[in-house]
Amino acid sequence: MKKIFFALVLSLFTLQNAYGLITVDITRGNLDPLPIAVSPLHVDSKSEKISSFETSTLGEEISKIVEKNFKSTGLFNPLKKDSFVQKPDIAHLKPRFEDWRLIKAQALVTGKLLIIDKKLKVEFRLWDLTAAKEMIALSFTTTPNNWRRVAHIISDKIYERLTGETGYFDTRIAYVSETGPKNRRVKKLALMDQDGFNTKYLTLGNELVLTPRFNPTNQLVTYLSYFKNMPRVYLLDIETGVQEVVGNFPGMTFAPRFSPDGKKIIMSFAKDGNSDIYSMDLETRVVEQITKHPSIDTSPSYSPDGKYITFNSDRSGLQQIYVMRSDGTQVKRITHGSGLYGTPVWSPRGDLIAFTKVRKGRFYIGVMRSDGTGERLLTENFYQEAPSWSPNGRVLIFYRETKSDSKGKGFSAKLWSIDITGYNERRLKTETDASDPSWSSVLSK
Amino acid sequence: MTKSLLFSFIFHSLVIFLTMLTLPFMMREPIDLPPIVSVELIEIKDKTFIPYAPKARKIIEKVKDEKKRVVSEQAPPAAKAKEKPDRIPMPEDKKEIKELLKKKQNPEEIKPQIRQASEFEKEELFDTNEIAALIDKAKEEQAETQRKKDKLTQSSVKNSFAQGLSLSEEDALRAQIFGCWSVPLGLPYDKNLLVRIKLKLKPDGRILKSEILDHARMNTPGQSFYKILAESALRAVRICQPLKVPPTGYERWKEIQLNFDPTEMLKG
Repeated sequence: MKKIFFALVLSLFTLQNAYGLITVDITRGNLDPLPIAVSPLHVDSKSEKISSFETSTLGEEISKIVEKNFKSTGLFNPLKKDSFVQKPDIAHLKPRFEDWRLIKAQALVTGKLLIIDKKLKVEFRLWDLTAAKEMIALSFTTTPNNWRRVAHIISDKIYERLTGETGYFDTRIAYVSETGPKNRRVKKLALMDQDGFNTKYLTLGNELVLTPRFNPTNQLVTYLSYFKNMPRVYLLDIETGVQEVVGNFPGMTFAPRFSPDGKKIIMSFAKDGNSDIYSMDLETRVVEQITKHPSIDTSPSYSPDGKYITFNSDRSGLQQIYVMRSDGTQVKRITHGSGLYGTPVWSPRGDLIAFTKVRKGRFYIGVMRSDGTGERLLTENFYQEAPSWSPNGRVLIFYRETKSDSKGKGFSAKLWSIDITGYNERRLKTETDASDPSWSSVLSK
Repeated sequence: MTKSLLFSFIFHSLVIFLTMLTLPFMMREPIDLPPIVSVELIEIKDKTFIPYAPKARKIIEKVKDEKKRVVSEQAPPAAKAKEKPDRIPMPEDKKEIKELLKKKQNPEEIKPQIRQASEFEKEELFDTNEIAALIDKAKEEQAETQRKKDKLTQSSVKNSFAQGLSLSEEDALRAQIFGCWSVPLGLPYDKNLLVRIKLKLKPDGRILKSEILDHARMNTPGQSFYKILAESALRAVRICQPLKVPPTGYERWKEIQLNFDPTEMLKG
C-alpha cells in the first residue's frame, strides 16, 4: 500500500518537472536606428502635367522628404536607394521580401501617385519585411501644390505605426527671423514647415517682435511687439493677417502663451518695476490677476490639463521655477539647484517641464519632472534659451547664439533641436538667423 | 476477499496508468541531462584556464597586440582561442584569426557581444533600483519590492537550470535577442508592457512557429501600443534566427517562451 502511494507521489513529481517550459526574460533591447527602405513612389503614366513642378520626379521627391524626416528623428536609418533591387511599381504591388531583407531593411515604404483632374492622389504601403506582411496602407487626395504636406503626413503615419507615438512632421514652426548687424537687428515674425521649407514672413520688420506662440488650432499666433515704444502682447490671425493688441493694460505686457483649450492668453504685466501673471479670456475679454507678489513673476506656461501653471520668479532672491494651481493658489518652488532657472514650458505629455538654466556663465537646456525632481541637463552652450516642445513631447527646439567679437562680428542666432534623451542634437535650416521658436501642433489631426 | 481484490485491481491499474503517462519522459531524462555542467562553470568564471601550449600562447598574444583588439570585459571568452588550444597556429590559422578580428571590428557585429553581460553580474555592479531610490527617497519602498521581485525571478531561473538552459546558455540567448530588438520608444511605460511569445524551434535554432500568448490584447481598443510592441518583439526573434541555442538537448529547448518587457528600459 505504501509503495503504491510512493509510486503515485513520485510519478506526479516527474510529471511536473517534465512539463516545465523554458522561459527567458528579455528586458532590454537596442536603440539603434531601425533600417528602413523608402522606395521612390511610382508615378502613374496617366498623370497630367502640372506647370508649377515636374511631375515625373514627384515620386522621388516625396520619398526624399519622407527619408529626411526619418533621418532627423535619429530613430530610423533610411537605406541608400542604390542598393534597391526592385522597381517601385512592382514593389508597391508585392515586394520580393527576400530582396529587401538582403540589404538588411526591416521595414519598406512603397507607394504610387496619380495626378488627374488637377487632383493629386497618393497611396502608400508600409511593409514589415521580417514578417512579410503589410502593416499599413493609406491613400490621400489633395491639390498638387500640397505635395510636401502629403509627404509629411505619410511620414507621420509610418512613424506612428512603428514607434507607437504620434508623429510631428506635419507641423510648422513660428520664429523670429533676424537680419542685419547685432546693434541694428531687423526682427520679423516668420513661419516655416518643420523641415525648413515654405518660409513666410508675417510682419515687415518695422517693429521689434519677440516670443511668438501658436494657439492649439494653429490659426493664431500671440507674440510681443512694440506699440508706441511700449512692449505689448499681440494676437495675429495667420489666415487673415488681422492683428490686435491683447487687453487694455496700462503698462507693458510680455511673455504670452495660450491656455491648452485656446480660450485664454496668459502673460506677464509689468508696472512700477513689479511684474505679475495675468490671464485674459479671448471671448469675454475678462482679465484675471493670477499672482500677486512684489517680485518679478514671468514666463507662465499651463500644464496640458490646464489645472496648473509653471512660471519663473525671483521671489526667493534668485530666479527659480515655481508651480501653482491655475487660480494662483498653492504656489510651490520646484527648483533648488545652484544657478538660475527660467523659461519653463510644460510638456504636451504633462510629465516633464523644459527649462533654461544659467550656471557659471553657461547656458543649459534641460528637463525635469513637474515636481522638480529628475533634473536632466540636455545641452550646454555659450548662449541658448527658449525651449519649445514638439507636439508629441519627444523633441525640444530652442535657439543658440554665438559670441561676437568687440566689433559685433561673428554673431549669429540659429535654431537647434534635441531629443529629450539628450541625443540627436541638430541644427534646423532657416533662411535667415532665427530665434524664439514655437512648435505648432500637428496640422492634420 | 472481493473487496481486497477490487482494491488490488484499482491500485494496479492506477500504477499502470501513471507509468504509461510518465514513462516516456523518464526515458528522455538521461538524454536531457548531459554532463555539461562542469563546462558551463568554466564559462561563468572571470578567467579561463584553458591550457595553451606556451609557444602557442606567445604567438596568439603577439597577434592580439598587433591588432590592438578591443574586447569587452563582459564578452565571453573568444571561441577561436578554444578551437586550437594545443598546437601552434600555422600561417593559415593566422589568416583565419585576422579574418575573425576584421569581422569583430565591424560595429554591427560587435554590438550583440558587448551586450552579452550576464544580467546577474550587472545587478551586482549597478543596481538601478538603488540609484532611483537615492534620487527619490519616496521610491525606496518601490525599489524594495522590485528587488524582491528580482529575487523571485532569480530563483525561477535557478529552477530552469535544473531542467532548461544553463545560466550561460540563457545569457547567450538573451544577449543575442537584446541586440536584435529595436524597442519602440513611444510606449506608455506606466502600462503593462509584457509580451509573451512562445516559440517552437528547429534543432538548428531556426523558428518553426511563433505565437503571441496574449493575442487578444493585440486588437483591444486603447491598447494599440501592445500591437506595436508585440510586432517589434516578433521582428527581433525573426531577425535573430538562428537563435543561439545549445548544440545538444534539443528536447529541452524545442519549445521556449520569451517574455519581452521594456518597462525598466523605457523608465530608465
